[in-house]
Amino acid sequence: MNISSALFLLIGSFLCVSGGVGILRFPDFYTRMHAVGVTETLATAMILIGLMLHNPDFLVDIKLMIILVMTLFISPTASHALAKAAMHNDLAPVLGNKPDAKKVTSSNP
Amino acid sequence: MAAAIFIVKMKDLIAVTMMLGIYGLLSASFFVAMDAVDVAFTEASVGAGISTLLMLVAVTMTARTEHPVRHKPLLALAVVFVTGSLLIYGTLDMPYFGSADAPIHQHVAPRYINDSMQEVGVPNIVTSVLASYRAFDTLGEVVVIFTAGMGVLALLLVVHRREDDEKIDSLNKSMHEKYLVLRIVAKMLIPFIMLFAFYVQFHGDFGPGGGFQAGVIFASAIFLYTMLFGMSTARRVINQSFIQLLAATGVLLYGSVGVVSLLNGKEFLDYSALSADPVSGQHLGILLIELGVGITVASVMVIIFFNFAGHTKSPQNKENKDF
Amino acid sequence: MFLGLFNYWIVIVLMMIGFYIVIAHGNLIKKIVGLSIFQTSVFIFYISIAKVDGGTAPILTEGVEIYSNPLPHVLILTAIVVGIATTALGLALVVRIKDAYGSIEEEEIQKKDNLD
Repeated sequence: MNISSALFLLIGSFLCVSGGVGILRFPDFYTRMHAVGVTETLATAMILIGLMLHNPDFLVDIKLMIILVMTLFISPTASHALAKAAMHNDLAPVLGNKPDAKKVTSSNP
Repeated sequence: MAAAIFIVKMKDLIAVTMMLGIYGLLSASFFVAMDAVDVAFTEASVGAGISTLLMLVAVTMTARTEHPVRHKPLLALAVVFVTGSLLIYGTLDMPYFGSADAPIHQHVAPRYINDSMQEVGVPNIVTSVLASYRAFDTLGEVVVIFTAGMGVLALLLVVHRREDDEKIDSLNKSMHEKYLVLRIVAKMLIPFIMLFAFYVQFHGDFGPGGGFQAGVIFASAIFLYTMLFGMSTARRVINQSFIQLLAATGVLLYGSVGVVSLLNGKEFLDYSALSADPVSGQHLGILLIELGVGITVASVMVIIFFNFAGHTKSPQNKENKDF
Repeated sequence: MFLGLFNYWIVIVLMMIGFYIVIAHGNLIKKIVGLSIFQTSVFIFYISIAKVDGGTAPILTEGVEIYSNPLPHVLILTAIVVGIATTALGLALVVRIKDAYGSIEEEEIQKKDNLD
């Protein structure tokens, strides 16, 4: 029990750190959002599962499971809201270095 | 501390608000490390949540960046330095961190810790002190929140006109597709947030929680709805005068519990007068006043937010209303 | 001795940073932010006093002997909520000042007042 919970906690923290590295190294706002949104959700899930396995008590497990489900809903929606807000404010994504690259603009009048 | 130094240096006010939120979150985790779970809960929900939101709304209504300081702040630095060194000199006498024989732990606190179970009967000592031993202070606090809500109403009251609603409604419907993902997820989440608020309210006797945190969480569910569906829809769902009535009802509930104790022959806010058995009287009293606190806090937060967000100084700000 | 008094000194540094922001910056919202930093540092001070070595959170559970002192927790709970009430009121005042004077920099507001 302790080995598997420690394993999950380690994987979760490694994913968090890699998401942080992604924020620092990616070139553009949208790619950074993608890095954080994906890794953060999975990292939170791993950490919560690790906590559930650490001390199996039924009531605590139910509460942690509810938190997990909520996080799966909330975290990608938050990244979606941030990206939408950036699009609304005409922050154009960097689309590559080809000479005929299209410029992407928001659909606002 | 690094967060605080960042706040000094930065000129962009929205970034400053975000750093304030991070600072609040860091201090909340510090409180957890110090075994102050109730305080950490309150600081996380209030300081890192609501305070950041209110600042953000205020910053969008005023300037976005700060003007650079033109003169060197030498005098201010000197004053700060002198005050700081005087304070450090003052702490040289203070008891060491974590020592169990500091004077603060000797007088009233052992009585609270030892006698709370027999006299009040709730496991959470912080709730029993807040709601029973020091209930009068909590009454003052509820009145302070109520007064702040009234102050914000007096400063920023929005006169609501009917003909604005139709224009905003048509704009809302055309934007429904644009915000589809956010709106659907919000509709799924809001019942759970409210359920969590009720859980925190009534579970405050056994774990961290209580009236304040529950009121703030309940208000944040309403904020979520308002932000995604527009002010006019939110105003129709939650009537402004009803909310004001609710705020006053919370304070009234709290005060009337005290008055009922008076009428039953005991002192003001002495809960043992509320029922036959003193301990169950304490339970009933704590339940009622936490309910009063929760109602008042939730409605005052909603009043403050509605008045901030609906405050338009001229018609050109209408398109800011649908966030 | 340094380790024992360390927490007080951190609190004093934070307090001074908040104090400095209030008196040295001209922007009104920055001043309110500084005030909020000041308040939070006072909370940290009280909570760090309340901790007892080896104690746990003051919720009565089986098998625990030493609890941290609950009295400062109660006071700080009240203080946090009162702090946000004053912050909200201060921000409402700032919004109204912006309406009346057109700017929230202290020097420009004083100039406008002196001209009348």
